[in-house]
Amino acid sequence: MSMNSQGRPSAPVAAGSQRDTETVSGSKGLYQFEPLIFETDRWGKTGVDFPKAKGNKSRLGGVERAGKAELPGLSEPETVRHYMRLSQRNYAIDLGLFPLGSCTMKHNPRLNEKMARLPGFADIHPMQPQASVQGALELIDELATWLKTLTGMPAVAMSPKAGAHGELCGMLAIRQALISRGEADTRKRVLVPASAHGTNPATAAQCGFIVDEISADTRGRVDIDDLRSKLEKTDDIAGIMLTNPNTCGLFETDIKDIADLIHEAGGYFYCDGANFNAIVGRVRPGDLGIDAMHINLHKTFSTPHGGGGPGSGPTVLSEALAPFAPVPFILKGEDGFRLVEEAEEEAKESFGRMASFHGQMGMFVRALSYMLSHGADGLKQVAEDAVLNANYIQAKLKTVMTPAFDGFCMHEALFSDKFTAEGIETIDIAKALIDEGYHPMTMYFPLVVHGAMLIEPTETESKAELDRFCGALESVARRAAQGDDTLKGAPYLAPMKRLDETQAARKPVLKWAPPAPEQLAAE
Amino acid sequence: MTVKYTEDHEWVSVEGDTATVGITSYAAEQLGDVVFVELPDVGASFEKGDDMAVVESVKAASDVYAPVSGDVIEANTKLSDAPETVNEAPDSEGWFAKIKLSNPSELDSLMDDAAYKAFCADL
Repeated sequence: MSMNSQGRPSAPVAAGSQRDTETVSGSKGLYQFEPLIFETDRWGKTGVDFPKAKGNKSRLGGVERAGKAELPGLSEPETVRHYMRLSQRNYAIDLGLFPLGSCTMKHNPRLNEKMARLPGFADIHPMQPQASVQGALELIDELATWLKTLTGMPAVAMSPKAGAHGELCGMLAIRQALISRGEADTRKRVLVPASAHGTNPATAAQCGFIVDEISADTRGRVDIDDLRSKLEKTDDIAGIMLTNPNTCGLFETDIKDIADLIHEAGGYFYCDGANFNAIVGRVRPGDLGIDAMHINLHKTFSTPHGGGGPGSGPTVLSEALAPFAPVPFILKGEDGFRLVEEAEEEAKESFGRMASFHGQMGMFVRALSYMLSHGADGLKQVAEDAVLNANYIQAKLKTVMTPAFDGFCMHEALFSDKFTAEGIETIDIAKALIDEGYHPMTMYFPLVVHGAMLIEPTETESKAELDRFCGALESVARRAAQGDDTLKGAPYLAPMKRLDETQAARKPVLKWAPPAPEQLAAE
Repeated sequence: MTVKYTEDHEWVSVEGDTATVGITSYAAEQLGDVVFVELPDVGASFEKGDDMAVVESVKAASDVYAPVSGDVIEANTKLSDAPETVNEAPDSEGWFAKIKLSNPSELDSLMDDAAYKAFCADL
């Protein structure tokens, strides 16, 4: 018989008395406590040892800093540990399911990253001679072709840097079209459904339009009668901004009629493409009568977001709006690809420029890599699986939670807070989900549903993971239905407990102030 | 003094030709903790139904509509520093503005206390 001669127990011994979970260091096991970098004890110290500069005359003309920079001085290992410890508090798609609705937090394939790091894409500069970056320009052009094909639209502006920037691009194109019709001063009204992303009315207002809200019907779709009544007067209509599938996770079944009504009224149809993941490869927005739609590459086409960004929001344009597309754009000629930089000649009707350069190159590489690795059939399956996963969640939870609307959903499941006991709110459920190890779902949005909980699993989650998530959420939902008061204190297991959002909004502390000098001297 | 209510959950309390306007306790509760209030300028004039003020809570930002037409003669500036007053006393100290009525007959189209209670019960 082999003996354990180290005195090391080979199995856990029965637990002794429960120890208080407070520790001297503030850490919880290997979950280490970490103060702000300014709150370290490295004030007045320096982490690097430079020789004193000799004989250098300041050429700053007397505007140099008079006192010390007042920064903590950390050594390299201290700095590395600080940021590594903070990073361990992060929740990311690489750690677990990210159920945020209207957000499409899907896996970021590693192949994309490998492609984006190829030196021919990663180490080029936007001001390099165009002859030396023909491959990069060709990639942008090929991605543009994919986007136009998938959406059934004739043109795409590649430069918008994110979703809201793409909205701005689309609405500026609409404004430019109205200017060219000589109707910019009269056509001012933009219709926006009550369930819209907040960026829609904000974009319209930013472009000088007047926002007119359309109400939702009992099925969670645009109230077509309300829309008709808003179109009784048509000479002031600039357009409509609609999301499809909408933020309730529902397909706008009247979308063709809506497009026809808007066009008859002389307006343009902007579609918010944030939820394109639900229909990519299945529905071409161009066939629905859409005039402009942004595409979030960082949602539908798997480029990183949620702190990992940057975003990228190419915007497809219809025949009617294409002439007004922003510069720069790529043209293919006999000598290869070239960027049209100025709003003149072939771009004389362009509304101008909305970014310094051509767009988010790194994201373009990732998005095209994703498209090519999936293929046309794979992208279609993306939409199908995303919708299937969301319906699986809705079906699993519908007896415990209250679905906001009847019937199947698209890519996200929406619940109201109807099932909760008096006093328990959506926020309590969201916070309790943190204790279960999940990022909360989108809460209190869309605004048309009371205490909304919007869950978008995306196609990248397995059935096993969906079951785990539903199990956790179901247990929290049951506690909410029973009026379990302990939910009000959640999260209990997070590095920070329930934060006072009200105080944070009423009296925000936006600036860190150094401790008083006497306090520093005492240390 | 009569108090009337709108379907958008504003209340209006009338004394002579002056109407004091605020949001109802139902609205304050639905909004949650109010963190910011944008008040109308004194002297501004509104038609019934115009956006008159903005109230922002940790959950949402909402417009407050003028329940009656008229000119603003006073705004409750206390709310700028203490927006929590809207939650603490929506029906009294949490008032938003005083309006000099330009069309008192509009009051007839608003709900009285009983009608508003019934209206909320149906929501």
